[in-house]
Formats: sequence, structure tokens, C-alpha cells
Amino acid sequence: MTATPWQAPKLDDTLKVAIHDKMVLGRATEEMLIRMMRTGHGYFWIGGPGEEGFNVPLGLLTKKGHGPDFDYLHLHYRSSATILAMGGAPIDILRQMRSTATDPFSKGRNFVNHFAIKPWNVVPVTPTIETQYATVIGTALVQQRHGGDGLSYVTGGDAGSAEGDFWTCMNWSTRPGRELPVLILVTQNEFGISTPANQTQNNLRLNERANGFGIKNACVDGNDPIASWHALVEAMAYVRHERKPYCLQANVSRLYGHSSSSGANRYDEPDCVSLYEQRLIRENLMTQAEIKAVWDKHNAQLADDLQKVIAEPMPDKSQVLQHVWHEGPAGN
Amino acid sequence: MANLAQAIRLALHYGEENLGVTDIFGEDVGAPLGGVFTATQGLKTAWNTPLDERGIIGTALGIAYAGGKPVAEIQFCDYIYNVIDLLKLCGNVTWSSAGEYSVPMVLMTPVGSGIHGSMYHSHSFESIATHIQGWKIVMPSNPKDAYGLMLSAIAEPNPVLFLAPKALMRQKGAELIPGEPADERTLHAMIDAPLGDRSDWTPNWPPVEDYRVAIGEAKIARAGTQLTVVTYGRMLPLSVNAAETLAKEGLEIEVIDLRTIYPFDLPCVKASVEKTGRLLVINEDTEVTNFGEHIIRKVLDEAFYSLEVKPELLAGLDVPGVGLAWGYEQNSVPQADDVLAAMRRLATERA
Ligand SMILES: Cc1ncc(C[n+]2csc(CCOP(=O)(O)OP(=O)(O)O)c2C)c(N)n1
Ligand SMILES: [Mg+2]
Repeated sequence: MTATPWQAPKLDDTLKVAIHDKMVLGRATEEMLIRMMRTGHGYFWIGGPGEEGFNVPLGLLTKKGHGPDFDYLHLHYRSSATILAMGGAPIDILRQMRSTATDPFSKGRNFVNHFAIKPWNVVPVTPTIETQYATVIGTALVQQRHGGDGLSYVTGGDAGSAEGDFWTCMNWSTRPGRELPVLILVTQNEFGISTPANQTQNNLRLNERANGFGIKNACVDGNDPIASWHALVEAMAYVRHERKPYCLQANVSRLYGHSSSSGANRYDEPDCVSLYEQRLIRENLMTQAEIKAVWDKHNAQLADDLQKVIAEPMPDKSQVLQHVWHEGPAGN
Repeated sequence: MANLAQAIRLALHYGEENLGVTDIFGEDVGAPLGGVFTATQGLKTAWNTPLDERGIIGTALGIAYAGGKPVAEIQFCDYIYNVIDLLKLCGNVTWSSAGEYSVPMVLMTPVGSGIHGSMYHSHSFESIATHIQGWKIVMPSNPKDAYGLMLSAIAEPNPVLFLAPKALMRQKGAELIPGEPADERTLHAMIDAPLGDRSDWTPNWPPVEDYRVAIGEAKIARAGTQLTVVTYGRMLPLSVNAAETLAKEGLEIEVIDLRTIYPFDLPCVKASVEKTGRLLVINEDTEVTNFGEHIIRKVLDEAFYSLEVKPELLAGLDVPGVGLAWGYEQNSVPQADDVLAAMRRLATERA
């Protein structure tokens, strides 16, 4: 893979329509996952409906590839729209939901939306929602030494930012003369499972915690993909070229609650997809009919995908002991 | 002869030059100190981290993800407990990602008692470590094995925990590391940093060579026919000494230096027990859910009918810590006398 310098695409009308397409794909995929959970085609659902307005621009702006010239992604479990925006196949997410042996991210071992994609530097998503802030230091350190404009980004929720690794990340990435190209992303939905943010956070702008480390930071309305795009372009340009950390908070909705454990019912919170659709119509970029066609296209594809996935094999006894150890030469 | 700390240093130097080690790091690991036991002195890729164990392990895993070869250190294993979930992650990444990512990293940490370390410089960690799947765990008992095990750990594509028995750090070996100068004063002048200002100092590395101790291979440290002693680390020299004493009483005791704790060399242990009919496992970790219990269970599974007497475990007492006053350490961690007594008793017990 050749490493050309990163350049943010121009946000023109075509791209604005393409962002919508990916946001709908993200939402339709998540709604399919929830239906799968309800109809017995998966045990547990957790995902990112309500974060597409931020996660799609993030995926589209990622410098995608393998190795330190490209971005490393240390994600948590609400990042489906980012992976789909990067070109991930929805059927693979359905496979992980159903925990089939064909699930390319974990062979049915991990929850849905727990990606691991080496060709794209997506390091394994783990349910321990703080460790990603610690592992991001290592990839960023390799990139700092390597040069170029690749960065490492890490995503996490508002509640999870209380964990020590969040502070570890800020501290290690600001050591004098050893600053690291880390983009720290926090999605503020004002909940950690059931606990409202006002019981645990004295300032809902968690990005301002970065002030104590002298880290440049900002907060953006994650329900607005255009604002998110611009905020990410600015943050990424800074990290790529200054080779220093940046902390960006996106205020987002949690449209179906925390996970299937709380029922995955729809909540009355701002919906970034429908807000964006109203805007596209207002700005004469799409018609209602065109929007409906996008939904129909993705829903039809997902329905086909589901039929395929249902027919695929499940892991069996012979697979339990596979991959306990890595065989063959070391190295990623 | 190199001592154990020097042997680790020489191995890491070899790893930097020949096996792709990119980073050796931890608290006080870089200049000027080069590690609290000087095991990382003068190494070109050694650097100091913030005092933050979680950052150390997270960084190591991240470096491994990005194609590097990290050797991280936790200054004392007593301070490793706040990174257990990260160790778990290092150990499960390959399995959970169904082979997509490997974790070629080494984590070294000094373990055990014997230096009047009191509550927080005397813990053992191997029993807990063996509950963290996906790791290989090694512990040398002498400098040459330390060198050979470290090279194997560095070359291993899976995470390896390298436990260094801190009481043996200054112990010299009986055998030269290949390429090591024969005169230890020469070695000292070449690779030990001077006292005081060392800002202009660089080591003059001897041309040490590739020498590996394979992970998973035990060594018969002393051959015998009447009792099998399985041990490792600091308890190994105590056990060999005791075996030599007992030889004068006509007792021929076989001492196995496990060297790799997980996955351990069951065939070697089994063959020995089949020969002797008796098994004593010795280590200094606390006795409840002690790794020695696992060794005994495997021997019961595989060689039960070879046993003439009940197998035994000599281990630390199940107390919350090793106390500073000698009366505490002496009476809670196996000492030379305890080792000797247990070996004599088991070797002479009537079948
Ligand atoms: C280290 C750790 N502690 C606890 C949990 C259980 N848990 C899963 S999600 C969650 C709440 C996370 O809230 P937040 O960080 O705000 O992210 P959100 O789910 O709101 O996106 C908790 C407590 C966990 N997965 N990992
Ligand atoms: Mg939250």
C-alpha cells in the first residue's frame, strides 16, 4: 500500500448525499441487528443507532490502510457506522450478531460490533471499555517515530471517560518532546447504562478535561453530520500535522437505549438521520422519494444478507481450541 | 560469569540487535538508572515511562498491534495487580479476533522474596498469572537460562511473561553465556554503568551469540532416583543444595528446573515420577490455588499408579503478605531448612 498524504475530500453536494447513504446504511443495519435479537437470530445486541451523524464522517475521513502510515482505530462498541462508512460489509456485522463461524471479526466469539480488521488497522474491539485509551498510546508511539501523517484515534462514551485509562492517554500523549498523534473522541449521550451523567460528571463537556494537559479540544453536535465533518477535519488536520493530541467530544443520542439488556426500545431523542434528511430536502439535495429509495435499497440488501447468514454454519467443538496461540511468524 | 541481571541485559541487547526488539520500557528502565536491578542498563531502545502500569501494558499491546516488538517491565510484580484486565486482553486478543491479530510482546517483572522486601516487594505471581490464558510464563533460575529464555520470549509470537526471581538477580552463573568474556571483571568494565555521572557512558557490548532455551522445556538440574522435586526460580538452587546434602545421606533426589511454568513440561515431570514414584513440588507462592496444585493434579491424571507415596506441595503460607521482620518471612516462605526437611521426609517415607 502506498502512503500518500492525507487530504480531506471536499464536502460537496455529492458527498453530502453519500453521507446520507452511509448514515441510512448504518441505521438500517443496526435496526436489522435489533430485529435479529428479537427473533432469535442473536443473543445480545449493542450498537450505535443515534451516532451515525458523527460516526459516518469519522469513517469517511479515516486514512484507511495497514501499517503506521495509516490511521489506527481503537473503537468501542458503537462504531458500526464508522466501519460501514469505510466500506465494511453489513453482512459481516450480521454474521457477528448471529455468532456464525463465518463472522470475520471473531468467528462467533465476541458480541456484535466488536470488530478486528487488520488490513484497516482496526485493532480488536474489547468489552473492557477503558483499555482502548491505553492501547492507543502504543500505536501512536510507533506512528510518531515512523513519521508521515497517520494518526491513532480512540472512541469511548462519556461514562467511560471516568476510567483511569482516559487520563493515562492524555498524560502519555503530552509528555514534553514526546507528544503523540492521538485523536481522543468522546461520545456524550449523558448516560452510562442507566446512570445519568449529572450524577457523575461535574461538567458535561468532557473534552474540557483535556485543558489540564494543554490538549487542544472542542465539542461538536454529533447529530449534525456537516458540523461533525468540519470538526473532524480540523481535529484530524491538527493531529496529522502537529503530531500532537486533540480531544473532540460529540454530543449524540442513544436511540435504542444502552443495549438489548434494557430492551432496545426506541427513545424520543433527536434522530440525526431524520434531521439530516429534513435538511437535504430543505437544501434541495434530495427528494423524499430519493430518500425512500435509499432506505429501500439498504433494507432489501440486509434482508437478503440475513437469509444468507441464517444458512451459514455455527462454530462447533473443533473450533474451541483454535487461535489460543498464534502459530507462525510474529508480527502484525 | 554474568549475574542474572547482566544476563537479562545481554539478552535484551541481543534482541535489539538481532531479533527486532523496538522498545524496552517501564518505570526507571531507561537512563540514567537502567532498571532498579540494572537489567536494562545501557540498552539503546530503553526508555522511562510515567509511573503508570496501565499505560505501560496498554502501550506494549499497542506497539505490538503496530508491528513493533515491545519488552515492557512492571517494576515489581507486587504492582501488577492494577493491570490484570489489560493482561487478560493481551492474552485473549488472538483468540477473540480469531487469529486476526497476534500479540508478540514480552513482559518482565521481578518476583518473590528473599531481599527483605516486606509487604510489597516479595509477592509471587505465577499462580495468578497461570489463570490469565493466552500467556506463556517463564522463570529462570540462573543467568544462562535467563539469557536463553529471554531470547525465546522475544522470538515468540505470543505474549510471554518473564518472571525474574529478584533474590537471584546478583547471583552469578556456573556457565558462560555464549560470547560472554571469560573474566567477569572484563564484563563488568564493558557493560556496567559507572557510579555517579554516567551521562557520557555507553556500554561496550561483548559479541554474545544466539542461544535459546525453548519455551516449554524443563531441565533436570540434578539427576536422581528416589524423589522427584519440581521447582523453579529461587527455590531451584535451594533444592539442588538440599539434594546435594541428602546425597551424603545416600538419598538420590532428582531436581527438575521447570524453567517454563506455562505450558509446563509434563512429559519430563511424568517420566521422572515414573522413575522415582515420589513427587514434591516447591515454590514460594501462597499455597491456596497454587500452581503446584495443578502440577500435582496433572501427575495424578497421568502417572497416578507410579506413585508410591502421596505427592506434596511445599509452598508459602496462606497469609496476606510477607512481613518485614525475619520471623515473618522465615516462617511463611519456604527456606533452605524447610526444603531439606520436606525432601528428606518424602524421600524416606515408607511406601
Ligand atoms: C471496564 C468496564 N467496566 C464496566 C463495563 C460494563 N459497561 C458496559 S457499557 C457501560 C456504560 C458505558 O457508558 P458510556 O461510556 O457513557 O458509553 P455508552 O454506552 O453510553 O456509549 C458499562 C458500565 C465495561 N464494559 N467495562
Ligand atoms: Mg454514555
